[in-house]
Amino acid sequence: MSKKINITINGVVYEVDEGLTILEAAQSAGINIPTLCYHKDLCIAGNCRVCVVEIVGQKRLAASCATPCQENMEILTNTLNVRNSRKHIIELLLSEHNADCTKCYKNGNCELQELAAEYKIMSQDLIGLVPYKDYTIDMFSPSIIKDDSRCIRCQRCVRTCAELQGVNALTVAYKGDKMKIATFFENSMNDVVCTNCGQCVNHCPTGALIEKNYIEEVWEAISDPDKHVVIQTAPAVRVGLGEEMGFEPGERVTGKMVAALKNLGFDSVLDTDFTADLTIMEEGTELLTRLKKALVDKDKNVKLPMTTSCSPGWVKFIEHMFPEYLENVSTCKSPQQMFGALAKTYYAKARKLDPEKIVSVSVMPCTAKKFEASRPEMHDSGYRDVDIVLTTRELAIMIKQAGIDFRKLPDKKFDRLMGESSGAAVIFGATGGVMEAALRTAYELVTGREVPFEDLNIMPVRGMDGVREASVKIEKPLENWAFLDGVELKCAVAHGLVNAKKVMDAVKSKKADYHFIEIMACPGGCLGGGGQPIPTNPEIRAKRTQAIYAEDKNLPIRKSHENPEIIKIYKDFLGEPLGKKSHELLHTTYVGRNRY
Amino acid sequence: MAITYNLKRADFIFRNENDWEKILNRTLQRDKQELINELISSELKGRGGAGFPTGLKWKLANEAVSDEKYVICNADEGEPGTFKDREILTKVPFKVMSAMAICGYIIGAKKGFIYLRGEYKYLQPDLEKIIAEFEYYCKEINFDFTINIFMGSGAYICGEETALFESMEGKRGEPRNKPPFPTNSGYMGKPTVINNVETLAHTYTIFKHGSKKFYDLGVQFSRGTKLFSVSGDTPKPGIYELELGMSLQDFVDEFGDGDTKAVQVGGASGFLVPRKRFGETAIGFKGKLTGISLPTGGSMMLFNSSRSMFNVLDNYLEFFREESCGQCTPCRVGCQQLHIGIKAVKQGAKPASYLDKLLKLTETMQYTAKCGLGQSVANSFSSIVENFREEMIY
Ligand SMILES: Cc1cc2nc3c(=O)[nH]c(=O)nc-3n(C[C@H](O)[C@H](O)[C@H](O)COP(=O)(O)O)c2cc1C
Ligand code: SF4
Ligand code: SF4
Ligand code: SF4
Ligand code: SF4
Ligand code: FES
Repeated sequence: MSKKINITINGVVYEVDEGLTILEAAQSAGINIPTLCYHKDLCIAGNCRVCVVEIVGQKRLAASCATPCQENMEILTNTLNVRNSRKHIIELLLSEHNADCTKCYKNGNCELQELAAEYKIMSQDLIGLVPYKDYTIDMFSPSIIKDDSRCIRCQRCVRTCAELQGVNALTVAYKGDKMKIATFFENSMNDVVCTNCGQCVNHCPTGALIEKNYIEEVWEAISDPDKHVVIQTAPAVRVGLGEEMGFEPGERVTGKMVAALKNLGFDSVLDTDFTADLTIMEEGTELLTRLKKALVDKDKNVKLPMTTSCSPGWVKFIEHMFPEYLENVSTCKSPQQMFGALAKTYYAKARKLDPEKIVSVSVMPCTAKKFEASRPEMHDSGYRDVDIVLTTRELAIMIKQAGIDFRKLPDKKFDRLMGESSGAAVIFGATGGVMEAALRTAYELVTGREVPFEDLNIMPVRGMDGVREASVKIEKPLENWAFLDGVELKCAVAHGLVNAKKVMDAVKSKKADYHFIEIMACPGGCLGGGGQPIPTNPEIRAKRTQAIYAEDKNLPIRKSHENPEIIKIYKDFLGEPLGKKSHELLHTTYVGRNRY
Repeated sequence: MAITYNLKRADFIFRNENDWEKILNRTLQRDKQELINELISSELKGRGGAGFPTGLKWKLANEAVSDEKYVICNADEGEPGTFKDREILTKVPFKVMSAMAICGYIIGAKKGFIYLRGEYKYLQPDLEKIIAEFEYYCKEINFDFTINIFMGSGAYICGEETALFESMEGKRGEPRNKPPFPTNSGYMGKPTVINNVETLAHTYTIFKHGSKKFYDLGVQFSRGTKLFSVSGDTPKPGIYELELGMSLQDFVDEFGDGDTKAVQVGGASGFLVPRKRFGETAIGFKGKLTGISLPTGGSMMLFNSSRSMFNVLDNYLEFFREESCGQCTPCRVGCQQLHIGIKAVKQGAKPASYLDKLLKLTETMQYTAKCGLGQSVANSFSSIVENFREEMIY
């Protein structure tokens, strides 16, 4: 229990917890204070100064985000001095800023623009500083555009990349008027340690960091009569898209999303969840195979723990940071890339289409998937497996451009053939979901019984702690798996790369003896992905999480191996998990990269 | 060269006494509380610029509970026109080190650091030798205290205490939010006393000669002596130890060249005083009852009538524009606006009334900037623009 103290805000006395900042106290009292550098996910910077308030008895104004309340403090949030100062600060920011909002991707969802509107900055007395600057735009990354001319130097991106991701691809360089956000030696984002996770994009208040958008390419493909455009939708998109369409966070809009995609003119609307189920089959088998090699064959070359591979931000992270552990990463492609490889083979064959004419589009909660699709390894269908990757935000833009009244859309169902999925696939979108899905299938495969958790909900792997551990003891396995009798399968789940680093450090220093590790690059898993609607914060992510688990609960099929389309694809096309065809199409390799 | 009646020179700091071992040993025998009280009753205020009461600082650090504490000597000496700390470290380093050790004894710190300005690298080898000698003596008397030198890299902002901690921790030199204050959470998040070189040298004087000797010098709210770095249009530039509370007129009479138009008191972050105000300006800390009283880290720059005040301001603003750490909006952008703004007025691209807008801007900077740098740009700007407006325009 924290101590309570009394403070006064604008003449009204409040009792607040000691240690609360003025900003937090004001927010809980329903008083709005503008902020820019403040973000709930991040440590306090106190550098934009737009949140200043007056403390009676102090000559200087205080940054409310960075100043703790003290007993009997008298705070004024709306004095002439406060208003004028805030306005001045916004004017200063704008004077350094390339503020041609109409040509800016963040027009309409920009915190600086909102403040300029709120404070009615109608004229600009100050001298425009942009001509004195040599601002640059970095467009070389397939995932992210960094436009320094729209940067307000709040350092949210820097703190995100350091605190949430432990990557430190972005940092502050130079001082004074030359101070800027830069990468190592100011190389392109494409040539540095950046994982393309897009968390900096999600946390940037302005248009300085945005996803590279491919909306026009998709419109062109759709309107080309020669092309057959398929779209796959990732599990987390359906619990985020609603926010862009005016719903409260946590609204599931799966049916409306499918209807909207059909309206947009995609030839086939399919589900990445199908290949999520497929991933479970392949990855689960891979894990069991590795365990067998280790436990029965005593094969010293087999690498354990095995880590998941479905988060391309994580894959690039380990390629940079722990290249000596690449063989521990499951060889399974991510569901997106499995889908891509099958779209131009299995799907093309079944639908009697020329793969050359298929444009394979995906909509992802993720910016790293844009990079992943561009990797040279991802051409196993004989073509580029996934042609275009959109984020949830880009899809929302397309829906708006098409003039669709999203809220009024009837619910529609995914098309067949790679459109059916299980609840296990849906929870891929939340941290711990892959683990839970894998355990549901692997346990049953090995023992012939369902996982011993109520209603199949494996609660220990759920939640928002950065690193979670669980173990499942295997008892009375089927004959084939007798070697696993009594084995305690040790698992770990981590989300946010800074937590991934912790887990890997534990593995490296032999402090942990896990068998299987699930890692998602983004906080909360894909539902908190870098391509999801902005803003993001712990409460919003918690609501999306609830939505994901509700979707799982509502589906008739909850286990990947029971998905009839999965059974069919193995029968008709793939043969068996880890079989020859799987190896050709569904598995991949990784490359070591340098640490800067 | 007659010394006027009011300008009292003193000789405490540089008086070369070879009894530091005795003084140190003697002081370390005394009761901590008694030493804190001695310091408090001397009314010594920090000589680094901000003028925080030193006794109170040590008291707070003493009261802070922690297994680890630090003493840091701020020898970053970056304020334009200041060059006294270098002299102290060259001539009487033992006094500073003894003071650090005494501080360590009082607050419970076993580690001291000297944060040495990058440009003073050449002092390092000699200082290292002296530190070795000093530490040897500490060992001899069974007092556990070490001193390490940390080299700065030339950024002015790293003289600001919290930016200095960041820099020592291997991070970018950016000031932190306050609170917490260093006496609670300083270097490595531990309670830290950080003092200017000169402040530490004065504590040595106080522990040696007693607080009364110090207190009796100077005036109310501004006790003791202070080192002044005198530069500019003066026939006798150099470092002088003077009693606080003197009038600027007396100072100019002594150091001016007969044609002094203005004096910049306290370096780029201080104030410019025009000739007509010399008489009413006293040099000391705020709180003096009569007249204007200006604090100073010790930089006194004299300008004669050949100097353009526009150029002077231009120069200061260029300095701030480059030396701002750049993290906070009012300072980073404000400094650019001021610098470009006065040029625009001078060149006629902006009307003279734009100067008033810029004055308002400096007010915002003073109210909202995160640290002393951005907050004090207003000092030189407003004092120069208000007193030499014509020179800004024509
Ligand atoms: C921009 C800036 C630069 C500073 N540079 C120095 C410096 O070079 N040396 C110094 O002693 N104090 C400097 N200070 C003051 C320190 O922050 C701090 O107040 C001082 O070291 C405390 O010591 P004192 O109490 O003995 O004065 C600077 C402050 C600011 C805001
Ligand atoms: S970043 Fe915001 S303020 Fe700047 S141009 Fe874009 S929308 Fe406008
Ligand atoms: S890029 Fe965005 S998040 Fe980073 S400092 Fe600039 S405005 Fe802030
Ligand atoms: S995309 Fe991710 S890794 Fe790359 S700079 Fe942004 S936060 Fe850092
Ligand atoms: S006032 Fe200037 S130097 Fe101080 S924190 Fe702000 S930008 Fe940095
Ligand atoms: S929000 Fe408080 S300083 Fe930026």
